[in-house]
Amino acid sequence: MGKVFAVIVVVIALASAVPIITHHWFGTAIELSPPPDISTHGHAIDEQLSETMVEAGLSFLAAQLVLAFFVWKFSNRAADAEIKTFPGGAKWLVIAALALVGTEMLALGVLGQRAWATVYFTPAKPDALQVQAQAGQFAFYFRYPGADGKFGDLHPDKIDEGNSNFFGLDPANDVESRDDIVSGELAVPANREIHLLMHAKDVGHSFYVRELRIQQDFVPGLDLSVHFTATKVGKYEIVCTQLCGLGHYNMKAYLNVLSQEDFDSWLKQKASEQ
Amino acid sequence: MSVASVQHVQHHAPPQGFIRKHIFSVDHKVIGKQYYALALVAVLIGMVLSWLMRIHLVWPNAPIPGLQLLSKSGAPGGIMTPEYYLSLLTMHGTLMVFFVLTNAPFAAFGNYFLPIQIGAEDMAFPRFNMMSFWTTFVAFCILIAAFFVPDGPPLAGWTSYAPLSAVGPDAGPGEGLGQTLWGLSIFVFCIGSLLGSLNFIATTLDLRTKGMTLARMPLCTWAWFITSCISLLAFAVLLPACLLLILDRVAGTSFFIPAGLVISDRLQPHSGGSPLLWQHLFWFFGHPEVYIAILPSMGIVSHILINSMRRPLLSYRVVIYCMMAIGFLSYMVWGHHMFVSGMNPFSSLMFSFPTLVITIPATILTLIWLGSLYGSRLRITTASLFALAFISMFVSGGVSGFFLAQPSIDIYLHATYFVVGHFHMVMGVASLFGVLAGTYFWYPKMTGHMMNESLGRIHFWFTFVGTYCIFMPFHYLGLAGNVRRYSAFVDDYLVPLIPVHRFITIAALVTGAAQLIFLYNLIHSRFRGPAAPPNPWECTSLEWTMPSPPPFDNFGGKHPVVYHDPYQYGVKSSTGDFLMQDSPEEARG
Amino acid sequence: MYTKRWFAVLSTMVVSPGLLFGAATISGKVTYTGTPAKAKAIDMSKEPSCAKQHTTPITTEGVVTGPNNTLGNVVVYVSAGASDDSSSPAQAVTFTQKGCQYIPHVIALRTGQELKVVNEDQTSHNIHPMAKVNREWNKSQPPGTPPLSEKFDKEEFIPVKCNVHPWMHGYFAVLKTSHYAISGEDGSFKLPDLPAGKYTITAWQEDYGTQTQDVTISGNETKTVDFTFKAKPY
Repeated sequence: MGKVFAVIVVVIALASAVPIITHHWFGTAIELSPPPDISTHGHAIDEQLSETMVEAGLSFLAAQLVLAFFVWKFSNRAADAEIKTFPGGAKWLVIAALALVGTEMLALGVLGQRAWATVYFTPAKPDALQVQAQAGQFAFYFRYPGADGKFGDLHPDKIDEGNSNFFGLDPANDVESRDDIVSGELAVPANREIHLLMHAKDVGHSFYVRELRIQQDFVPGLDLSVHFTATKVGKYEIVCTQLCGLGHYNMKAYLNVLSQEDFDSWLKQKASEQ
Repeated sequence: MSVASVQHVQHHAPPQGFIRKHIFSVDHKVIGKQYYALALVAVLIGMVLSWLMRIHLVWPNAPIPGLQLLSKSGAPGGIMTPEYYLSLLTMHGTLMVFFVLTNAPFAAFGNYFLPIQIGAEDMAFPRFNMMSFWTTFVAFCILIAAFFVPDGPPLAGWTSYAPLSAVGPDAGPGEGLGQTLWGLSIFVFCIGSLLGSLNFIATTLDLRTKGMTLARMPLCTWAWFITSCISLLAFAVLLPACLLLILDRVAGTSFFIPAGLVISDRLQPHSGGSPLLWQHLFWFFGHPEVYIAILPSMGIVSHILINSMRRPLLSYRVVIYCMMAIGFLSYMVWGHHMFVSGMNPFSSLMFSFPTLVITIPATILTLIWLGSLYGSRLRITTASLFALAFISMFVSGGVSGFFLAQPSIDIYLHATYFVVGHFHMVMGVASLFGVLAGTYFWYPKMTGHMMNESLGRIHFWFTFVGTYCIFMPFHYLGLAGNVRRYSAFVDDYLVPLIPVHRFITIAALVTGAAQLIFLYNLIHSRFRGPAAPPNPWECTSLEWTMPSPPPFDNFGGKHPVVYHDPYQYGVKSSTGDFLMQDSPEEARG
Repeated sequence: MYTKRWFAVLSTMVVSPGLLFGAATISGKVTYTGTPAKAKAIDMSKEPSCAKQHTTPITTEGVVTGPNNTLGNVVVYVSAGASDDSSSPAQAVTFTQKGCQYIPHVIALRTGQELKVVNEDQTSHNIHPMAKVNREWNKSQPPGTPPLSEKFDKEEFIPVKCNVHPWMHGYFAVLKTSHYAISGEDGSFKLPDLPAGKYTITAWQEDYGTQTQDVTISGNETKTVDFTFKAKPY
């Protein structure tokens, strides 16, 4: 049965590799890979992902095939068969692990931090378009500062969702909030940096757009933000990835990347609807 | 130290009566079996919950007959509500991580075999030991009670992030009394674990018999010892964290809740707290916890493999140093669960490096296991098959860690099915394979009967192939960005992935059904299995020197003397190709 | 002798319902002064199955107005002066979730009367009446599940929201009296079948609060009682 085990391990290892290599579920059109990147920072992440896939894939295949081979060769041998020791014993395996894995990990870590740094260590450009996102059970709402370029203050006690006052603005007393534009979808102009200010209304949520290669938690009580530049016009889904209650599966909004022209008309239209 | 302390061990008289023998017993062997039974009940419940979850994911609007009996509001007419799915998910995770993966490889087998393998009569503190089991049992009852409270079981996940878990019923269904019971259950569980860990450490250091130096302890004993050291520090942090969570919920404190939250149209009367504080406290426990789950299985698998291969591992010391390194490093990596949590992004890099470095001892272990197979005389039994499968699963689950350890890649893969696939393979399946290997290996010793080997093989093949069919596709779904903890797949990009989920669900149901074979084997063999000889596997460690099952005082009042390291295999002796640890004979060749 | 007794019995039987259900009517119009806040378009893009049901987006319903400054969805009822009606009607009041909207936006029902909540959408809703006097509850309704059946025992104006769709809001006006009406978009309401007597009529609008007026009616007259609310621009 050792030989059966060996064969099955090989089959499993090779079968596991198929969807990775073909990017599709066996024989179907179902795509099982990240969607095309529409961001300016995403290519570094994608490169990192590919490199890691090669290293992980090779390690995976090597280990499974060696396991299979050794079990095939050394199982159910005669009771008096000679016991042999792997050449070099433990010493060379330890050295190999330290050297190969050590350098591999160091490389991934050191090189990988550049992709991380682009997203998180560089601040948003001063002329980035500021948009505020609020996550609350179970929808995202977005606020644009309007003609005065300023966001009105948030007053949680003034939140009145039935009258579409999702952010808790107080236009009666707070002049800056009167021209704020609130929207259920995040429309942005393409090729312009967006500085997304993130506010959590109730519990933890998260902002995830696969195509943008962006994910960031909304944390109640913390002023967090992300910045990104979208390069391709289209509609993309923003989904919540932090468990926030019963409607978590249904908490999403659309990122609508528009040409600058279309964005300007969209904003004008939205302003008239406020 | 060992000889003098051994004389101070508490000699207890043979237990009298059914209650003292089988229920409130101070005998570490009974306690070990009680932990195993508790883990078995927990894993069966956890498995059924996973079936309900998987069925709902692919057939969300279909009624599940009878589910409304478990919860009228959670499943009206048998159709699972979104909140009930999340509640089942929370209970599944909590049961599996705490009551199965901490209990079975560590508390169950450790309790049973650690004292025996070091030649002791019992644990250092037998009464504490009894208390540790019953405390764990009370924790289990409190958790199960959450199924039956009006507001339903908690739904914040086994990770119970604040403020969702801290503000109380305003946060929605599933966040009422059930969540408080969860906090209480885990609080009590921590106490049980702390008592158990203290016992393991004291026993290992103080009660080794004559000749049993630390360097002569079997690898599983080393694994239990190292695990108990990790466990002591980890559970000591989770205990107050749960207390703080309960206080936020019932006493109006604000450890984890900031000001200005509007939930259910109500401004919450809290201020000053930090949701990230909960995450730090939880994961400071949570990461060592996953190594608490895997290390004992590494030890058990090593022990069984050596016995099956008829030769020691390439280096006993290196394996121990690797396990210690993993234990040590496990305390430095918790932030890798929090890369995009909003904590300082520099911290993310700082956590990423030790996470990558932990790959090194894990790789060394894998290479030593593989390298030791070379030139061995590998015997194939159900136990050794599960031990070999452990290696395969550990590799599969481990390499997905390469991705998640890097913050930049984690931006894309965090909170997707990639993570769920990773931890199920490396923790859920690999660790469980260690438990199954241990079960098939030690069952004869514990019960005096042999398990049915044919049924064992069938169970093995279904489980090995089945778990790959279930969990390997999770990684592909994760690469497609499939978000986790969703009760249904309604987003535009998720709907096309549902056929993959259907495949997984069918694999899960088939693999789950196959576990009934194991259950049947377990129970049937206890009554009808052929009698077990004292040493059916020709193993060297001390548990195989005694009758099957062992008497209440293990060594019959005598203290064994140990002459050899635990892995004298491939030698020529009067017993064959191995030497028992307590054999005064010298090895020849 | 017999005839006298029979007459007494018959007349009591005829008159006593008349004590509850008389022949007078109070009717009127609800209007506003000032400028009400603009009704805003509701963005349902997060729920495509509902969004596509509305070719033009629906607007917020906190203030529903008609031509000539009329106010709809105002609950007008007898808050004092009527004898306590004891039995709640057997018929249920239906509240429907359709197109991710509560239809109608405001319902009035009696204490103890059955409320039926129906989900006609392809998505799960979780209706949450945020009661302070009555028991607060919320219930999920996956698509295809049977209607919910609930009731409220105490008088209260209960704001209702959907836990899943934040824009979905409505009201339950749970009343002790059987004499109530909800004004249409044209502001008109009618309280018929009132016995003669002195009454306090209350008009409730969800954003503008309540107003009361006292009125005395007799016999089978129809009296007009109008209400005017001060609108708020924000």
